Amino acid sequence: MEFAQQLVNGLTLGSLYALIAVGYTVVYGIIQLINFAHGEIFMIGAFGALSTWLLFFDGQTSIWVLPVMIVGAVACSVLVAVLMERIAYRPLRKAPRLAPLITAIGISVFLQELVRIGYNDPTLFLSDWNPFGFPSAAQKVPFPQIDHISNEFWNVGGVIIQRSTVFTIGALLICAAGLFYFVSRTKTGRAMQAVSQDPDTARLMGINVDRIIVVAFVIGATLAAIAGVAQGLQVTNINFKMGFLAGLKAFTAAVLGGIGNVWGAVLGGLTLGLVEAMAVGFIPGTFGGSPWKDVWAFAILIIVLVFRPQGLLGAKVVDRA
Amino acid sequence: MPQRSVVAVGASLLVASLALAGCGTRGGDDDGETGGGSSDNKVAKIGVISPLSQDLAALGLGIKNSVDLAIKQANESNAIPGWTLELEAGDDQASPDVGKNAATNLASDAEVVAVVGTLNSSVAQTVQPVLASANITMVSPANTNPALTQGADFATAPERAYPNYFRTCTTDSIQGPFAARYVFEKAGIKEIATVHDKKTYGQGLVDAFTQEYTKLGGKVVAAETINPDDDKYDAVISKIKPSKPGLVYYGGEFPQAAPFSQQMKAAGLNVPLMGGDGIFSGEYLKLAGDNASGDLSTSVGAPIDSLDSAKDFVAAYEEAGYKESYDAYGAYAYDAANAIIEALKTSLADAETAEDARQATVEAMSGVSFDGITGAVAFDEYGDTTSKVLTVNEVDGEEWKPVNTEEFN
Repeated sequence: MEFAQQLVNGLTLGSLYALIAVGYTVVYGIIQLINFAHGEIFMIGAFGALSTWLLFFDGQTSIWVLPVMIVGAVACSVLVAVLMERIAYRPLRKAPRLAPLITAIGISVFLQELVRIGYNDPTLFLSDWNPFGFPSAAQKVPFPQIDHISNEFWNVGGVIIQRSTVFTIGALLICAAGLFYFVSRTKTGRAMQAVSQDPDTARLMGINVDRIIVVAFVIGATLAAIAGVAQGLQVTNINFKMGFLAGLKAFTAAVLGGIGNVWGAVLGGLTLGLVEAMAVGFIPGTFGGSPWKDVWAFAILIIVLVFRPQGLLGAKVVDRA
Repeated sequence: MPQRSVVAVGASLLVASLALAGCGTRGGDDDGETGGGSSDNKVAKIGVISPLSQDLAALGLGIKNSVDLAIKQANESNAIPGWTLELEAGDDQASPDVGKNAATNLASDAEVVAVVGTLNSSVAQTVQPVLASANITMVSPANTNPALTQGADFATAPERAYPNYFRTCTTDSIQGPFAARYVFEKAGIKEIATVHDKKTYGQGLVDAFTQEYTKLGGKVVAAETINPDDDKYDAVISKIKPSKPGLVYYGGEFPQAAPFSQQMKAAGLNVPLMGGDGIFSGEYLKLAGDNASGDLSTSVGAPIDSLDSAKDFVAAYEEAGYKESYDAYGAYAYDAANAIIEALKTSLADAETAEDARQATVEAMSGVSFDGITGAVAFDEYGDTTSKVLTVNEVDGEEWKPVNTEEFN
C-alpha cells in the first residue's frame, strides 16, 4: 500500500522534474549550452500564473480560470526566455564555452533578485508605485487554490491520488506527445534535428539557425511554465528561489537520461523522482528518510554515469532535438 | 555592429539595476530613523537583529517595528534625560552566518549599548559570542532553545551560558511539555507523529515534547524530519500516514509548517497539525489555506488582547502606521526593548559615552522588573523570563483563537 503511494508520489515529482529537464536538454542539444537560468524560467512561470490570477480573477477559484493562468504563465516564461536568449546568449554565440555558462549563472541570480525585489515594487525603490497591488515576493506567496483540483483526491483502494498530481502527470504526457509530434512530424521540428546534428550544414541547407535556437528556448520555457503552475497547485505556495533547487534537480535528470536527448530527460526525471520517493519511504535507519533522499538521488546519478557516461538514453542520437 | 550594441545595452541595463538595488538597500536601512528629543542630547543605540527579508520577514519586521515603537515612546517621554535613543536594525535573513555579520557590525558601532534579537535560536548561537565579547546586552523576544541560557547540559547541570543574554519568552523545555500535556490530557489524543526541520528550534521543541508525551503514557508512532529547503513533503506524509497518528506535532516555523499542513490534508491525512510559537503567525493562515481549521499552536504568554496594557500597545502600533503587523513576537520585542530602556535609565545616568555604559547595562538588567504588555517582566539567574504563562491557540476560520491559557509548573 505504502509502496503504491510512494510510486504515485515519485511519478508526480518525476513528472515535474521531467517537464523542466526537457528545457535543459533541448537547448543543450542545439547550442551545447547548459542554461542554468532555466530553473528561473520555471519560477517565472509560476509567478506569471499568479500575476494573471491577481490581475483578472482575484478571489475567484472556479476551474475555468486555470487555462487562462496557464496561458499567462507560458506567456511570461516565453517572453523572459526569448529576451534572455536575445540579450545575453546570442552575442556570446561565438565566445568560448565558459562565457555563456557563467552568463547563465549571472542571469539566474539576476532573475531571482528581480522577482524578490521587484514583484511588489516594479520601479525598484524609486517610488512606492505598485499598480496591481502584488504581494511581496521576498517570502512565500500563497498560490490560488482552484476548485475541483486543489485539496481534492481520489481514493483508489487506500492509495490517495491527488487531482493536482493527475494534473502534473497529465501535463507531462500531453507535452511529451506534443513534443514528439513537433520534433518528428513538423518542418520546424525536423529543422531542429538538423541543427542539432550539424548547425553549419543546416545553415547551408537554408535553415535559419537563429530562429531554430529561439524555438528551442520557447519549447523549454513553455514546458517549464506548465511545471510552474503544476508546482503551485501542488504545494499552494511559490517563492522566488523555488527555481534553484528544482532547476538543479532537473539538470541532474537531464544528465541522468543523457543530455541532449528529449526522451532521456523524461526518463531521467521520472527515475530521479522515483528514487527520491522510494528513498524516503523504504530505506530504514540512519541513511533513510527525507534528509538522505538527495544523497540517494545523486548516488544513482554517479552510478549511472560510471557505467554509461552518455546517460541512460544518451546514445540514441536520432531522437536528439 | 548590432551584436556589440546588444552587449552594451544589456551590460548597462544590468549595471543600472544593480545601482538601483544598491540605493534601495541603503534606503531600507534608513528606516531606523527615530527622531525626538533635543539635538544636543547624547545618542545611544538599541540594535535589532532579526530576519527583515526572506521567508521569516513577517516575524522579523514585526519585531523591528515594535522596538521602534518602544524607542519612539521613550524619546517622547524623555525617559532617559540627556540621551536620545536610536534604532539600528540588522537583517539576519534567519541565517546564522548573516546574523553573525550583523552582530559584528552592531558591536563595532560605539553607540550601540543593547540589542533586541534574534528571532531564531540557531542564529542566536552565533550572535551570542560576538555580542558577549563586546559586553552588549542581548534580549531575545523569541529564542526558545533552553541551551542559550542554561548551557548545553540544561537538563542535568544548568549553568549560565552568557552573562549578557536575556529573553522575554519561555523556553522549549516549558513549551514542548506544555503542548504535550494539552494534547494528552485536554485533547485526549494518545498517539501522535512528530516532524521537525532539523534546526535548533524545531529539534529542541520536538525532543522536549516527545519526552513529556511519552512520560505521560502517549505513543509516538512516527518520527520524521523534513528538509526546510523542500517545497513538497508527500513522501514524508505518505510514510507517516499508515501509522494513523491522531495529531502531527511539528517542530519548526510557518514557512514549512503551513504547506506541510496543507499537503497533509490534500494527501488525505486529516488530523490537526500542532506546532510551537514558530507557527503562531498570521502568515501561517494565508499559506495553509482553507483546510487549516483545527490546527494548533502554543504561544508564549497570555493572548495579547486579554491584557489592558497590551491594548494600548496595539492601539499605539496601529496609530504609528507601520506597514507590517506586529505578528507573533511584536509584544515580546516591545517588552524586551522596554526592559533594556529600564536598565539604561540606571546605566546611562552617569555614563560619559554609550560604550562606557555597556557593562553597567548588562549588570542593571538583572534588577529590571516591571509590568509589561505580556505580563510581569523580570529575569531569573540564567537570564530567562520568570513568567511561565503559555497559551494554546486553534485555527478557527481566518484567525488563531486562544483556547487555553495556563501557568506551567
